[in-house]
Amino acid sequence: MANMLSGGEIVIRALKDAGVKNVWGYPGGAALHIYDALHRQDDVYHLLVRHEQAAVHAADGFSRSTGEVGTALVTSGPGATNAITGIATAYMDSIPLVVISGQVPMAKIGQDAFQETDMVGVSRPIVKHSFLVTRTEDIAETIAKAYYIAATGRPGPVVVDIPKDITDPSYKVPYKWPENIKMRSYQPTNKGHRGQVKRAVKTLLEAKRPVIYAGGGIILDNASEYLTQLAQQLNCPVTNTLMGLGGYPATDRQSLGMLGMHGTYEANTAMHHADVIFAVGARFDDRVTNDLDKFCPHATIIHVDVDPTSISKNINAHIPVVGTCTAVLKEMLSIAEQLELKPDAEAIKDWWQQIDQWREDQGIYTATRYEPSSGAVIKPQDVIKALYKVTDGEAFVTSDVGQHQMFAAQYYLFDKPRRWINSGGLGTMGFGLPAAMGVQLAHPDAAVACVTGEGSIQMCIQELSTCNQHNLPIKIINLNNSALGMVRQWQDMNYSSRYSQSLYEDSLPDFVALAEAYGHVGIKVTRFEDLEEKMRECFELKDRLVFMDICVDQSEHVYPMQMPGGSMRDLWLSKTERT
Amino acid sequence: MKRIISILLENESGALSRVVGLFAQRGYNIDTLTVAPTDDDTLSRLTLTTQGDDQMTEQMVKQLHKLIDTIKVVHLTEDLHIECELMLVKIKVADNDARAEISRSVEIFRGHIVDMTASTYTVQLAGDSDKLDAFIDAVREVGIMEVVRSGVSGISRGDKFLRV
Ligand SMILES: Cc1ncc(C[n+]2csc(CCOP(=O)(O)OP(=O)(O)O)c2C)c(N)n1
Ligand SMILES: [Mg+2]
Repeated sequence: MANMLSGGEIVIRALKDAGVKNVWGYPGGAALHIYDALHRQDDVYHLLVRHEQAAVHAADGFSRSTGEVGTALVTSGPGATNAITGIATAYMDSIPLVVISGQVPMAKIGQDAFQETDMVGVSRPIVKHSFLVTRTEDIAETIAKAYYIAATGRPGPVVVDIPKDITDPSYKVPYKWPENIKMRSYQPTNKGHRGQVKRAVKTLLEAKRPVIYAGGGIILDNASEYLTQLAQQLNCPVTNTLMGLGGYPATDRQSLGMLGMHGTYEANTAMHHADVIFAVGARFDDRVTNDLDKFCPHATIIHVDVDPTSISKNINAHIPVVGTCTAVLKEMLSIAEQLELKPDAEAIKDWWQQIDQWREDQGIYTATRYEPSSGAVIKPQDVIKALYKVTDGEAFVTSDVGQHQMFAAQYYLFDKPRRWINSGGLGTMGFGLPAAMGVQLAHPDAAVACVTGEGSIQMCIQELSTCNQHNLPIKIINLNNSALGMVRQWQDMNYSSRYSQSLYEDSLPDFVALAEAYGHVGIKVTRFEDLEEKMRECFELKDRLVFMDICVDQSEHVYPMQMPGGSMRDLWLSKTERT
Repeated sequence: MKRIISILLENESGALSRVVGLFAQRGYNIDTLTVAPTDDDTLSRLTLTTQGDDQMTEQMVKQLHKLIDTIKVVHLTEDLHIECELMLVKIKVADNDARAEISRSVEIFRGHIVDMTASTYTVQLAGDSDKLDAFIDAVREVGIMEVVRSGVSGISRGDKFLRV
């Protein structure tokens, strides 16, 4: 019989049929039948990582930079639990992943068997869905469902837990890949309610001080083009969330940059004064809104999101629209065309005059928020400016979590979607390097920079070995301030500069030597006048991973910063100035 | 305020734990929970009661909808509905007076004595939760040994129904 396959073979064959080209993973007892099947084929390429957390982050980075579903494969017990941080990271940012975990044999489940962890139970609150497969015959269909669920509606990670015995090579069953997946209990909404969409368009057209607040949903749903078109037709200012950067071109005049805790003065102030806020693919996160009671007091709120639970969860929406960003924006464009209504040109002109004034006074690139770099004092902001210049704004930039992440978000101007890759929701230190591996795999010829800090990079530093094995020429831009900088900043602001456990007492490794030990190139920068030149050197080494260890000013803070308990526009602008 | 939420979900392992998890991870308590297969045994009908304000209930209903295994969700207390709960109570009946008093109460509350020994009566009673509470109050003095309540089952009044 032609199509008789073992469970292990079915897993790999189903991945192929799901369109999967690469899998990040790490073998172990319960996954060995699957790993053996993997070894006997060439369709699915496997990349061995050095820690399962990195496998999931790499699959995640791959997905964020391509829009495809990422795939990770791990063993039971410790393999599965190591994957948890990666899964939670993807869940918070709605990234489509399928994580396949080996499990102890069916007969041993529940017996505290060697390397047994209830993976479905442990992962339950951080997955979109999960499956425990109990029969070899069900593997193909379950994997098909997993990819379907991960990619549709509001995307997210799906766990498929597969007991070892059902992948046994001695038991073979006919293989069939289901071409169509239909689930009576899962039918995601796509198009918005037409009446509501029409109300949304009218409200936006009648606005005198409108702001478009666009989130990660724009990126996930590939809706940038429609967002840009609508914003430009209306001459409406656009602000992007941390997750939405690149969803609207940052160098365009209508872009106000990022909003929220470390957002720009002009974005946060415009939000506060807006009479209509059009939120699309965003979720009114607490890092955006500041105090909910003081949030945008004058605004009528239009909220478009594919996930009904996001609507009116934190902020009541006056015009809720459930639907995908692309479907709703397209419909809005067509309705706007049919309506006679035009935006109030006079009012919008005044609004722009006001915004331009704010931008001129306090914009990220127009105001001076920090002392200039000179000699041995390199300001972290200037490192990002140099990175932007040297890469012509065209790099894929992944980031870790901390001050360096906020500086990157503020100073690197993303004109395209899927170029800015960071853990926004969970804020996972250790995300940057493995995510960059996924990005570099997907875009082998592109410049991929991982902006990190000496704290974060050490949380997944072992992946330097993976990069060596798989030839991933990532450029690591380490903003080394010899401190858990973001923690230190909060300690300066709220704890009278008592630096509890945010300093390392001269215990940091020699990162250049470390990079070299892993077979890579290390470059150290200690003086500002060398920065740009060394950065160029770094990016000219196209085929090598380069670790740039850049000593930056430890005392620098990220500004603007919203004041706790305030409205959106209540900001610290520098260490001494506030609004 | 007491809320009754009714759910039609896939009769599969793990489905119930996801429903319960939604409440537990937010620190909300489920006061009662009943679940059983419907006439179509691939489907379970679940009714739960919880306490909460309008906003919390609306959010929970949406969250329940979002679970992949749920097919339909209704907030029954939002509209006219029928609720019913089953209770079994074992009562100590030490003497004839006690037996007579229990028999009388069972009659008034339209229950049944479904088992008896020389010293106990087991009473079965169905109805809304207030009625069951009232029965417990009425016989408390005589001596309750054990109370088993099924939790509320609910269905909407009129033409509306929950079906695939
Ligand atoms: C896994 C994890 N642990 C702890 C934190 C809390 N945290 C947020 S930023 C930060 C400091 C990061 O230091 P570093 O990577 O050096 O970046 P810097 O802020 O100095 O630029 C810490 C500890 C976190 N986000 N993730
Ligand atoms: Mg640091």
